[in-house]
Amino acid sequence: MKPLIIGMLCLYTTAGLSQNCKFTLTGSVVDSHDGDPLEGAVITGFSEGQVFYTDLDGRFSIPNLCEGTLGLQIAHPECKTQVFTLEITGDRSRTFRLEHHLESLNEVIITGKSYQTQSESILNNEIQRDQIERYTSGSLGDVLKTVSGVSSLNTGNTIVKPVINGLHSSRITIVNNGVVMQDQEWGAEHAPSIDVNTAGNITVLKGASALQYTGSAIGGVVVAQPQRVVLKDSIYGQTLLSGATNGRGGSISSSLVLGTEKGWFAEIQGTLKRFGDFEAPDYVLSNTGVYERDIMVRGGINKLHYGVEASYSYFRTEIGILRASHLGGAADQVRAIESDRPLIIEPFTYEIDVPRQDVTHHTGRISYFQRLKDIGKLTVQYDLQINERFEFDVRRGGRSDRPAVDLLLTTHHLHAGLETRLDDLTSLNVGLEGRYQTNEADPSTGVRRLIPDYDQYDFALFAIADRRLSDQWVVEAGIRYDYRYMDVLKFYRKSFWEQRGYDEEFPELVIEDFGNQVLTNPQPEFSNFSATAGANYSFGDSYVLFANYSLAMRAPNASELYSEGLHHSASRIELGDLRFDSEIANRINITLQKQSGRFRFSVNPFLNLIDDYILIEPTEVQQTIRGNFQVWEYRQTNAFLVGFDLDAQFDISEAFAYSGQFSFIKGYDRTLDLPLINMPPVNTLNELIWTHPQFHDLRISLQSQYVFEQNEFPDNNFDVFIPETGENVEVDVSTPPPAYHLMHLSGDATFRLNDQSNLNVGLTINNLFDTSYRDYLNRLRYYADDLGRNIILNLKLNY
Amino acid sequence: MKTLKTLSLIFASILVVGLTSCSNDDDNTVEPVNEEEVITTLIVTMTSAGNPDITLTSDDPDGDGPNPPVITVSGPFVAGATYQGSVRVENRTEDPAENVTEEVEEEDDEHQFFFNATAGLQLTTTYGNFDGDGNPLGTQIETAAGTASAGSWTVTLRHVPKKPNDGTLADAGGETDIQVIFPVTIQ
Repeated sequence: MKPLIIGMLCLYTTAGLSQNCKFTLTGSVVDSHDGDPLEGAVITGFSEGQVFYTDLDGRFSIPNLCEGTLGLQIAHPECKTQVFTLEITGDRSRTFRLEHHLESLNEVIITGKSYQTQSESILNNEIQRDQIERYTSGSLGDVLKTVSGVSSLNTGNTIVKPVINGLHSSRITIVNNGVVMQDQEWGAEHAPSIDVNTAGNITVLKGASALQYTGSAIGGVVVAQPQRVVLKDSIYGQTLLSGATNGRGGSISSSLVLGTEKGWFAEIQGTLKRFGDFEAPDYVLSNTGVYERDIMVRGGINKLHYGVEASYSYFRTEIGILRASHLGGAADQVRAIESDRPLIIEPFTYEIDVPRQDVTHHTGRISYFQRLKDIGKLTVQYDLQINERFEFDVRRGGRSDRPAVDLLLTTHHLHAGLETRLDDLTSLNVGLEGRYQTNEADPSTGVRRLIPDYDQYDFALFAIADRRLSDQWVVEAGIRYDYRYMDVLKFYRKSFWEQRGYDEEFPELVIEDFGNQVLTNPQPEFSNFSATAGANYSFGDSYVLFANYSLAMRAPNASELYSEGLHHSASRIELGDLRFDSEIANRINITLQKQSGRFRFSVNPFLNLIDDYILIEPTEVQQTIRGNFQVWEYRQTNAFLVGFDLDAQFDISEAFAYSGQFSFIKGYDRTLDLPLINMPPVNTLNELIWTHPQFHDLRISLQSQYVFEQNEFPDNNFDVFIPETGENVEVDVSTPPPAYHLMHLSGDATFRLNDQSNLNVGLTINNLFDTSYRDYLNRLRYYADDLGRNIILNLKLNY
Repeated sequence: MKTLKTLSLIFASILVVGLTSCSNDDDNTVEPVNEEEVITTLIVTMTSAGNPDITLTSDDPDGDGPNPPVITVSGPFVAGATYQGSVRVENRTEDPAENVTEEVEEEDDEHQFFFNATAGLQLTTTYGNFDGDGNPLGTQIETAAGTASAGSWTVTLRHVPKKPNDGTLADAGGETDIQVIFPVTIQ
């Protein structure tokens, strides 16, 4: 994890130059049982009698190899010495697995999946710690966008929801330190409650193949793992300081880690982030500040045969929502859209006024593992999450201090899993889990509950097996069953209950009549199957082909089932449907990757066929005494998503490197034969990187980001009556904004302070030319431009 | 299915009872929420000496629900007459109905009514009351009916408009709290 130590441990030896001896073998040596990297493994067997050692992460690099057959001997104090032979025809990358020779036990073969690998048949897109650190003052969504095919659904610039291959919200499962996040992800303006600074590594899986976590991730899975603690007697820490001109704020994040040889470890980490109003090139985006406070503690013992870990994290964020986006109906929307500037622009302030969100998320977790002789690794985990969300609105009669939304979501979760090895080549991961969730909507808001009170019970079973058929082939298959039962107490407006025909279809659900409202008690049950099958095939020098098919089913969430009424923050009426069934997705994902060499790439075409896809779209304009409101209704249809993501890196010379991404996606409604709303436009990112290791690891990069105009979209425009002119005016809510091009410049260098400490200084200028632009997937695009130039200074101190 | 449900329930009970003892408020009493801020009803009463009173009403008992408001105008304006009008807003989802006019008048600097007649309609409205800064409020109005004509007359209540403004909705900004379009005739 620490570049400094890696540098010290890596022994580079120069070999005598001879013809055709320019190839490099890179890779890592890992423990075959749990995939943990083996540090200090000794690699010998070269003609010149050279010796190479693996670094802290188990990695090595052997330069100047000649073409031909190479015999390697790898030795490690805790392992059997093994001999490997491989053909050198070019640059190669390989992982060597060593078997522990167990002194206290007799040959117990216990093997699990690599800690890092979440799925064998789908490309694990990993975001490393140094990349995460560049976004220390940003959000999870900002970090994830660095992966091709991942975009974001924004509400302003601080509420950032990840979109993977066109899908978001409940279709993406986010796993943070082993806990599947339950943080009211149903809303388009509900961002994940995660402090990015707690993550040591983030993996993005574009597809639902990580069945150990979920069966409903039609869009994909994001797994954030904490930094690995070094089990040596050591204490180390890191402080990240970030300051930005746009928003005139910054963040500080600090962590301290304690590790012992005996396996005990502890970590404490905290983040404080504060920004005032952000600015577009031409004006202040009033009321867009953010104030976030997070703390995380964890500790435990990690032995070879057992381990216990307990952790607690607290996340609290207050986010201002652009004042000019709060509207009182369709007529106001006409004004807002017609104006090219936001209708409310105030001087800069750090104050966060209404409308705003105030979200608190607590996560507690206890996990235990035990390696059982002849059986495998047994893991048991309990976690508790408490998510409290307040939304404050512009209200009449001094009610602005009272939340308009006050939801408390509590989730208990118990998971038991067994990772076992059926034979030398086959591993099996089975488990069961249960979850109890309860949502309480506080009635004292004086606003009808947007999400009803409910209790939800989940029960799941899964089994995933993978088998190494040969050096080249690994196959994987998994199956999962999910059962859900919900016990809901929902008040319906009587007029809506009757208009929908619910009174005739579900008279038995009504438990009490309150005159203008009825109290109902729906108790839906969902039984869902998901499955995945696939393979990876390694060939040539450094090629891997992944192919995966997955079947995923997702039960509709509380918002899709029970929404009924005005959603103030969106100034529209949102209607769910309690008759909804689960979505069923069939996805095919293929990735061809070239891992090493001067030119590296991955190309990832995919096809996602979703039956009973739940989408929300405008259906009519409803007249109320408050004026006209657009009605957005959830409906189920059959959808079809197709596209590809392309990644490429090319080492132009020793100092210059090119990195590029291209993402293309199309989404259609198969029933209506129309494009789907809110599909990410085609976009490309191209970066030129210059590195100069001789001078403090200097790295400078120039990035160009081009986002095309979305040319396929459904027409949801509607007419509204303007009293002053007595005319009907069409409100254009459909047309996407034009294409835009942004340039970003960044540089960083590392300065050694003493033997243990170093300081990394990074300077980034985003939107270098202060370009005005609007993004199709920003829900506030009707009202204001996106962010202008932002100069960010990052200081990272490792000690 | 039944077994699974029982299994899930047992499992959840173990979780809740065994691992925590904080959720003991699991009683089945939930209260309905009556929307506090919703305005269901707008009544404009027009009086003019010697002429019949006119009442213009918009009533939307289900608020943001699917039923449209019921709009009634009791009779035509008399050409050439001047009317003293008062505007009243209520929330009838509460019992007894809440008089929202009081709230609007208390927060007079944050509210303003606007009155717009379509091009052909000879109806001019002037403000009869003002906020503390002398800017128009509009819960009291004076309306002059011109020559015989017909059209629509729109009453709009804006929350936090720009004050002072030039009298147009476009300039005032803010958020629409109410907007009712009355079909009106002058005879």
